Amino acid sequence: MSERPGERHIIKSAVRLLPLVFLTVFFFYPLLAIFRLSLAPQGHLDPAALSKLVSTTYYARTLWFTTWQAAASTLLTVVLALPGAYVFARYRFPGKNLLQALTTIPFVMPTIVVAAAFNALLGPRGRLNLTLMALLRLQHPPINLQHTIWIILLAHVFYNYTVVLRIVGGFWANLNPRLEEAARVLGADRWRVLWQVTLPLLAPALVAAALLVFIFCFTSFGVILILGGPRFATLEVEIYRQTMNLFNLPLAATLSLAQIALTLLMTSVYTRLQARTGRPLKLHPRQTTQRRPATWRERALVGGNVVFMAALLLTPLLALAERSLWTGSGYALTNYSELFVNRRGSVFFVPPAEAVRNSLIFAILTVGLALVLGIISAYLLADRESRLNRWLDPIFMLPLGTSAVTLGFGYIIALDRPPLNLRTSPLLIPLAHTLVAFPFVVRAVLPVLRGIHPHLRESASVLGASPARVWREVDLPIVGRALLVGAVFAFTISMGEFGATSLIARPQIPTMPVAIYRFLGQPGALNYGQALAMSTLLMLVCAVGFLGIERFRYGGAGEF
Amino acid sequence: MKKQVCFLLVFVTLMGMAVACRPVTATPTPAGPRTLVLMSHDSFAVSEDVIAEFEAAHNAKVQFLPSGDAGSALNKAILSKENPLADVFFGVDNTFLSRALQADIFETYKPQGLENIPDALELDAEYRLVPVDYGDVCLNYDKAYFEEKGLTPPQNLEDLTKPEFKGLTVVENPATSSPGLSFLLATIGHFGESGDYTYLDFWRDMRANDVLVTEGWEDAYWSQSTWAGGGERSIVVSYATSPAAEVYFSEGKLSEPPTDNVLGDGACFRQIEFVGILKGTKNRDLAEAFVDFMLGKRFQEDIPLQMWVFPANEKAALPQVFLDFAEAPEHPAVVSPEAIAQNREAWIEAWTEVVLR
Repeated sequence: MSERPGERHIIKSAVRLLPLVFLTVFFFYPLLAIFRLSLAPQGHLDPAALSKLVSTTYYARTLWFTTWQAAASTLLTVVLALPGAYVFARYRFPGKNLLQALTTIPFVMPTIVVAAAFNALLGPRGRLNLTLMALLRLQHPPINLQHTIWIILLAHVFYNYTVVLRIVGGFWANLNPRLEEAARVLGADRWRVLWQVTLPLLAPALVAAALLVFIFCFTSFGVILILGGPRFATLEVEIYRQTMNLFNLPLAATLSLAQIALTLLMTSVYTRLQARTGRPLKLHPRQTTQRRPATWRERALVGGNVVFMAALLLTPLLALAERSLWTGSGYALTNYSELFVNRRGSVFFVPPAEAVRNSLIFAILTVGLALVLGIISAYLLADRESRLNRWLDPIFMLPLGTSAVTLGFGYIIALDRPPLNLRTSPLLIPLAHTLVAFPFVVRAVLPVLRGIHPHLRESASVLGASPARVWREVDLPIVGRALLVGAVFAFTISMGEFGATSLIARPQIPTMPVAIYRFLGQPGALNYGQALAMSTLLMLVCAVGFLGIERFRYGGAGEF
Repeated sequence: MKKQVCFLLVFVTLMGMAVACRPVTATPTPAGPRTLVLMSHDSFAVSEDVIAEFEAAHNAKVQFLPSGDAGSALNKAILSKENPLADVFFGVDNTFLSRALQADIFETYKPQGLENIPDALELDAEYRLVPVDYGDVCLNYDKAYFEEKGLTPPQNLEDLTKPEFKGLTVVENPATSSPGLSFLLATIGHFGESGDYTYLDFWRDMRANDVLVTEGWEDAYWSQSTWAGGGERSIVVSYATSPAAEVYFSEGKLSEPPTDNVLGDGACFRQIEFVGILKGTKNRDLAEAFVDFMLGKRFQEDIPLQMWVFPANEKAALPQVFLDFAEAPEHPAVVSPEAIAQNREAWIEAWTEVVLR
């Protein structure tokens, strides 16, 4: 190695700038372009289009609803998922990996398909109501969740449970159980241990997961529109209506700015909290922190949570899979075999293998890009000496809180000339996915990175290890797990077709969700059956993907 | 090792990009076929051999750019008008016609074959947008449900407010759904905005009769309907061709549709879909040829089974399942595109006020 120190420094700086360059080109630039066009097409602001903002209380009420439903959804998700995270962190039990993979599948399911599944289970003629009516001899369905706030909250828990489970559970697994045991020995009761020892230690991961869930629910779209029904609207829903149906771009842009401002505010609060809660810890390999449940109490705890997860997350998915096999008169694979037949010779027919391949290519690209950008960003943020962090951290989270409609339009007007003529390039799809995915990598990695005790690295250096070797033998083994968590989410986000990609003009490279929507667009039992068959395939491909990512071991990564 | 990991990631990324890029980077050589880009909504569909015929005849390659639902596809075309994404745009319907014309994104072109298209479908006198197909948004009802209950199915809009049909109807929100807006327009065309009983009076009665509103057609049809969704609504706002599609997509299990249309006077709204050449195209001659082709018999006869709407060309023969089961109302409600453009927001807001708040 004959690199000169100066050269090395330049390379280092260039690498550090990568996430910011990426954000500037694929986020801020298109966003500014659409805001400028929307708010000041002739170079000055036209207040007439915004008069509606102040003339009615509707938008203020929408903002309020957006905020409180997100807060309620987040609280509910955290409270319900925390016991599960504990069980996954502390115990080994058969089927654990599979269950963990399955709990993440909701994240990729198209809302319209989930709505159908919820309806089949909880609707007025759903299984639950029919069973209760038969049992209790009732005339009318006792449970009516359709188009209520309850179904919105339930769906948000359904989608986001896995975020808390994986991010908090992953972090928890590396915490030393001795600390809690010591507190017990010293006479603290269970609740006091939880409150004064466990939660403070968990705080970095807990707040990170809560922030992600909050932003997701804050910008919730499909769940609100389809399950919540027309009486509920979040800012995102209103931005969509104003943009697509009324083409009122000034109003849409203003609402979009409000949404971004609130996301900034939330993440700034979070950054402060994080700075206070993050502390170097003695992280332990999970082999030493996990055991089999021994007492009946522990078994009940594990069993109870497994049953809860199965009921909440798996029954809707199973209902879909079952329905995909139903042909009207019995069970068969007709819907699946029909997927392979282009009966009408359509140009837009999607062979299943092609849809799977396209989805996987986009997902792998997204994982690669998101990991590279996410790791660099996390290291930038973990540097305690840098004052820039307070600003950088919220900026890295912004893409999550930005309206997909707005950004999609921004792409169309901004990325239209060489060298960035990407409007119709398939590359735009993984790039847009990465924008949403890399904040997940950052959030998953950062708590662990900050938890690495500086002494570990110092000792390694003192003992003569090169910086590269320190990274390889200290950082990587400890961060590896969190990286895999980040990779799972990046994969998921891409497979599930998040946000802007459905709004950019796309060439004919159909993915699995695109194929599902195509089937659902026309009436007829066969179309519905094929949509469910494709949905079931999507679940299977994702489950295999998750298991594959979790098994990934490179050097020491992932063992910890 | 750090390097190795980085290298691995970069390598995977580049490989993936190379694979993902392949279809678009294939730029035609000067002697090779020219590329025509057709931008449309996501519901556009056509047979491979029909397109192949056009491509062979004109030494061209047609590239498709499905761009979301009808509204978002049009908005994208308007936003990109300085530097258009495509040569031809298909899928402006009569509810968006005025917005499209005001945005001034289409070139005038009077295609061949226009003589085979009824005058009633031609809404732009300057031929910036010419009609390709039409379809009616109608109420579908579950035949079995009404037989079982011994009820006479609804015949017209007025019937829907009767007590025996309480809690049976599901409509789509006109603020978010194209059939939802069309059905609102049907009620406006039928009941009018003034008089003893306006469209808002009708909707007030519908609300009292427990009408359910969903965000879009998919949710109404697949989750709420009694026949397709296992829901409890037996009257759904859908398309007049949906009963025929139910037979066609039943793998031969159904010889008759499970549903029927409510075809009374003014109970349906006719959506007409148009095609136009985008301003700024560099392939004007090819674009013209494609518009001609879309109005020709070959393309027109392909329309019904691909998109489940009727061809605009009267000379086009219909497939058997259309002849047997697809109905078109004799007197759909009429609302002019100008009136729609002018009042869209106010109508939707008034409707929202009456039905949802």
